[in-house]
Parts: sequence; C-alpha cells; structure tokens
Amino acid sequence: MLTQEKLVPELLADKKTITGSEALIISLLNEGVDTIFGYPGGAIMPVYDALYDYMDRFNHVLVRHEQGGIHAGQGYARASGKVGVVFATSGPGATNLITGLADAQIDSTPLVCITGQVYAQLLGTDAFQEADVVSISAPVTKWNYQITDACEIPGVLAKAFYLAKSGRPGPVLIDITKNAQLQPFDCVAYKPCSHVRSYRPKPIIRKEYVAQAAELINQAKKPFVLWGQGVILGSAEQEFKAFIEKSGIPAAWTILGAGAIPSDHPQNVGMLGMHGNYGPNVLTNECDVLIAIGMRFDDRVTGRLDKYAKQAKVIHLDIDPSEIDKNVKTTVPVWGDCKETLPLLTALVEEKSHTEWLQKFNTYHQKEVEEVMQDELHPTSGEITMGEVMQQLNELTNGDAIIVSDVGQNQMVACRYAKLNHTRSNITSGGLGTMGFALPAAIGAKLGAPDRTVIAFAGDGGIQMTIQELGTIMQSDIDVKIVIVNNQFLGMVRQWQQLFHEKRYSFVDITSPDYVKVADGYGIPGKKVSERENLRNSLQEMLQHKGAYLLEVMVTKENNVFPMVPQGCSVSEIRLK
Amino acid sequence: MSNQDHMEKQEFNFTVYTENHVGLLNRIATIFSRRKMNVESLNTSPSEIEGIHRFNIVIIETEEVVHKLAKQIEKQVEVLKVYYHTNKDVIWQEMALYKVPTDIIAEKALVERLLRENGARAVVIRKDYTVFETTGHREETDNLLKVLQSFELIEFVRSARIAIIKDSEGFNRKLREFEKAEPGNETIESRDLNTRNNVFSM
Repeated sequence: MLTQEKLVPELLADKKTITGSEALIISLLNEGVDTIFGYPGGAIMPVYDALYDYMDRFNHVLVRHEQGGIHAGQGYARASGKVGVVFATSGPGATNLITGLADAQIDSTPLVCITGQVYAQLLGTDAFQEADVVSISAPVTKWNYQITDACEIPGVLAKAFYLAKSGRPGPVLIDITKNAQLQPFDCVAYKPCSHVRSYRPKPIIRKEYVAQAAELINQAKKPFVLWGQGVILGSAEQEFKAFIEKSGIPAAWTILGAGAIPSDHPQNVGMLGMHGNYGPNVLTNECDVLIAIGMRFDDRVTGRLDKYAKQAKVIHLDIDPSEIDKNVKTTVPVWGDCKETLPLLTALVEEKSHTEWLQKFNTYHQKEVEEVMQDELHPTSGEITMGEVMQQLNELTNGDAIIVSDVGQNQMVACRYAKLNHTRSNITSGGLGTMGFALPAAIGAKLGAPDRTVIAFAGDGGIQMTIQELGTIMQSDIDVKIVIVNNQFLGMVRQWQQLFHEKRYSFVDITSPDYVKVADGYGIPGKKVSERENLRNSLQEMLQHKGAYLLEVMVTKENNVFPMVPQGCSVSEIRLK
Repeated sequence: MSNQDHMEKQEFNFTVYTENHVGLLNRIATIFSRRKMNVESLNTSPSEIEGIHRFNIVIIETEEVVHKLAKQIEKQVEVLKVYYHTNKDVIWQEMALYKVPTDIIAEKALVERLLRENGARAVVIRKDYTVFETTGHREETDNLLKVLQSFELIEFVRSARIAIIKDSEGFNRKLREFEKAEPGNETIESRDLNTRNNVFSM
C-alpha cells in the first residue's frame, strides 16, 4: 500500500504547484485507492488527463455504462470492505449514477463518486451536459459537495473518504467543476480527516443499557437473535460469534447479514423475512426477547408491523440512532458499533444452551425441508429448478465462493440456499432491489477479492438490464462466472400475478437473446444447459474454466419461491405453498 | 408530556443548529417532502455563534413522528443538533408588513387607535402609501390583516416563525463539546435517554 510519507515529499520536491486534477489523483493515492471504476467524458477530461500520468498506480476499469461502474464499485466495496471509487462525467454520466447511489445509500455501502461538472461560470445556464447533480443526488447520498476551487480538493476528498467509511457507511458524491480540475494551485501535504464537528460516526455507548440488555437476556426463556449487515460492516463477525456461542441463542439473518457466521453453524437458524425460512418467521412471534443486531427491521423482514413480535421485549443494537424505534419499538436500545457493544454484552450474559428452544427451530426446518426444499433442491423429474442450480454450486464450490445475486426469484433462491462459509460472500441489492445489479457488482467483487471464485447469479430479466458489462469483462479480463437462470419470465412479478392478481400475466413474458452467442461476441465462452443430467458437468466446466464464463440454465417456467409471507400479512402467516 | 399529547397532531417547533453549507436546506427540505409533509413555516439565519446557522421549522404532526424526523435531520452530516418543542415550550413570534393607501387610511380609519389596538407601528409614511408593521402570534397578525382589508390593503407579507426555547442555555457550551475529537455525553440529548427508565426497568 502506498503511504503518505512516500507520496507527499515526492510531490513537494517535484512541483508544489499542481492542478486540481492532479491533486485529486494524489488524494486518492493517499487514501490507498488502487481501483477505480469509471467512464470519461467532456467535463471530467482533465481528471483523466492527470490519471494518464499515474496509470501504473491504479487499475482503472473502463465500464460500459456509469450504472455498471457504480454497481461495480459497490461490489468491490462489499467484497473487500474498502471504499469503492467511481468516476463519471457531468450530466448524463452523473445522472446514470443515481440508481447505484440510492442502492448504496439504503445498503450502507461506502463509495466515493467523483463527477465532472461544467465550468463554474456556466452553472445554471443549461450548459451542454449540465445537470444539477448535487441537488439530484442529495437524498441518495450520505454527503455530497460541489468543488469550484481547486484549493478545496485535498480537504474535501479527505472528508469524503472519512464520511464514506466511518460510522454507518454510505455513498459520497463529489462534483468538481472543470475550471477547478484545470486550476493550478499550491498544494500542501495531504491530511486525512478524522473528525468533523457536526458529525458523530458512533453514538456513545451507554453501559447501563448494555447491563439492562444482559439482564433481559439472562432471564429470557426463548431469546432470539436477528442479525444484519451491521455485523459485517463493523467487522464484528468474531464478536458476534462469541456472543451467540456463549449465550446459546438461536440466530437468524437478514439477506445482507448472510454469511457473517457460516451457514452450517448450529445456531444459525436461517433467513428472515418474506422468503425467509419457516422457523425464524413463525418463532419471531413466539420468542420472549428479540435481540436485533445491526439490522433495521425492513418491511420485507417484519411483514405486518402491528403483528410483529408483540409478545417480545426488544433489544436493538445499532450504530445509527435514527434506526432505534424507527419501525419496531425498542425496550432496551444499545447504541454503538456492535464491534464494541457485543463484547460488553457477551461479558455480562450467562453461558446457556437453550436446547429445547433451538430444537423448535429444527422442527420447523424439517417441515420446510419436506414441504419445500426437497422438491426445490433435489428434484428427480421435470425441468431444472433454480434451487437445484444453487445446490449444485454449493457442492462444487464447497461454499467458498462469493455469490452475487440479482433481484427477484433468483435472488431469493440464491440467498436462501447459498452455502456461505465466509463473511462478505453474499452480495446482493437488498434495500433497493435493483435489477441488473449482479453482473457489474460481480466485476467489482472479483477485483475486491481476486483470490476468490465470484459467481454472478442472475435471471433472464436482470441480466438484460446491464448485459453491456460483458464488454468490461472482456476488456479488463475479469474472471467472473455468470450463471443465468432462465425461466423465460420476470419470475417474481409473475409469481405475484399468479398469487395475488388471478394469474393475469401482464407483461412478464420476456424473451432472451441467445446468451451464448452474445457472450461469444464478447469473446467469453459459454454454454446453455436444459437437461438435468448435464447440469453438474456444465457447472463444473464453468468453475474449472480459467477466466470469465457464461452458463445459461433453462429452468422451470412457473416455479414459485416459497415459503412466503404475503405482503400485509404477519410473519406467522407464512405460507409453505 | 402526557400520552394523549404524544398521539395528537399539533404544531411542533424544530430548532436546528447547522453548518452554513450550500445544499443543506435542500437536504433538510427533502426529509419532509419525501414523507409528503408540508412545512408550515421555515426560517433560517445565522445563530448567536459565528458560522453556525439556526433553522426554525414548524410542522403539524404527532410527537412520535416528530421525534423520528428530528433523528433523521440530525443524521445529516452538517447538522449539529436538533431540538423540538411544542408551542408552550417556546417563545415565538412572526412579523407582518401591511401596505395601505395613505389617503384612505388617513381619511377613514382611526389610525392611532388601530395601531394601538394591534400593537402595530408605522414603518414608512408616504403621500401615496403607508407601511405598518406588527409582530406577534398568527392570530395577532391576522387581526390587523382583517381590519386593513377594508381599507384597500395593497400588499401584505408575513415572515416565518422564529422561536426561542424557554428552557435552554444556548449552544455555545455544546458546540465546544462537538469540536472535541471525542465528544462526551454532553452531545447526547434524546427523549429515549430521558424517559427510557419509565419504559423499562428490571
């Protein structure tokens, strides 16, 4: 990693006066950035010109669309834990980032996006490729700022990185006018930011509440832990594991929390929410103490709120004070970073096993295995199912791969059934539900975790939304395995139309190109499989191939994802069919 | 606050201390607009501390919603602190200006009595028009408006509400606390902490 000590003297010795663009590049180096996803254009040309001199210091990935760029940045951040960096030009370049910003904001993904902007004197004149990006992006960024004077660049960049990664992470957008990029100025040594007076990344831990939480847990007969991405974002996987293992409490996850402890951990009882597991949903309404850790009670998790865990005392651990009491009323709030609060709590809880209570989850699990999973994961006749594809992948990768799922049925199947041995292995668009996320995010994930196998798992709808990123894979030679589970429908919408709209299939019938030919056009080998007997070999071939590979799997057309908590219903009204 | 107050919609006064930063008004406004909430009144101006801005925002909502909104506003990077109060916990005023034709007002109205009764004063008196000013609660500025309507009122404008918190010590001490790298308990001040003991005790 490049250190500040090494960079700054070099800069000062050679030339004190540099342009805003060069200051930007040097700031990125000082922040340890080595990967950038971007797309040049008129208003960001000076930055790309400065980048030309530093080509050997960065891996700049030229994407095919700015949305692809920002999703790649998200995938990179989620897989590596580092800040994803994205470049785009003004106007359309910047507006194309908005979906990714909204996605990163709701999923708390650290990003720093740099957008070019027209000359400061042209602001507000409807200049060519001018868009009011700071206003447009305000509701979907943790922070944003427009720079019109080069002198501001190092300070603002330092603040941007600090804000993106500290506290509850999120996306930051810095809009830099072209004149500021070109402007020479006397640059001083880069100072990383560690404090902003109006910003408190972490609330102060109130030990009396930790003690109250512990007391409640120690008295509980049927305690139940719900964990979310906060555990992963706080790098608190070990602390979390220690907590549940000492307290003996069964624990279930939100889809963004998946993988924080391995899938096969005996206390991992499965997934929460609309398409989560049977036991965790039903028993939410039976537990006596609910311990929510780094999760935000999304409506897809809670179902009908006025019938959600009403019998339980609720302990909520969160770094963001605005999440406490937002959706579910808390009995004991534990403000703070769970990396710090969990050890305090662990120290105070009694060692227990809750065997009988845990057994209840297992009983529900058995029922779910019999009524849902058996047919989904191990069918013996009929067409291939999505679950079967995931099951085969689990066996072939032994649960060591990073699964980047898209949105819809494929996502629910991937999250439900993927075997995850490691943290930061389940990358998906959770809060925003952005179709088209998987392919570009997988590109970023591979660059963020180059030693791991990365599988994009997408449907025939989502893949067509960002399929142009095959060009990025081709040009940058990125080893991503692409699995398209093709049911010839927009499957999740079709499922809802079947269940809630009397099977009035309105515009869910979607045709696909010949994906193998498309991949071939991009120089990516591929294969299409529709027969069960060829599935495993094809997956094997894909995984063994060196470099990117596309496998299209034709799956059963009208399969539904179950269990399901229908919208507006309580979690205990979960349906198995 | 009684439970009934908690559930009832009423006027709440937000007092928001912020950095003076381009775009922050937009960020704060969208916290209300994304929830389709109307802002009844909004005033922003420099506070008693150099470089720190103070917003006064009035909305009509339940305390529960207001509490959540306050946390969302405070979450914005450039917001230092948010307080909210009911009308009885603040001293508040609005100011109004009224422009009327001088000849009509001089001829038909008992001007002095009018001004006295409404606590108003004349700001400008010209041959062609006169501008009155009054300060007070909404009803008070409304009263004079009603009276002057019958004297061919030309123009009227009312300011946003400004409010001073009855039970406050100002913001200086708090700001010094914020400027430290590791803020202490001083920076926490929330309903949860003050009343949580009533909600839960072992």
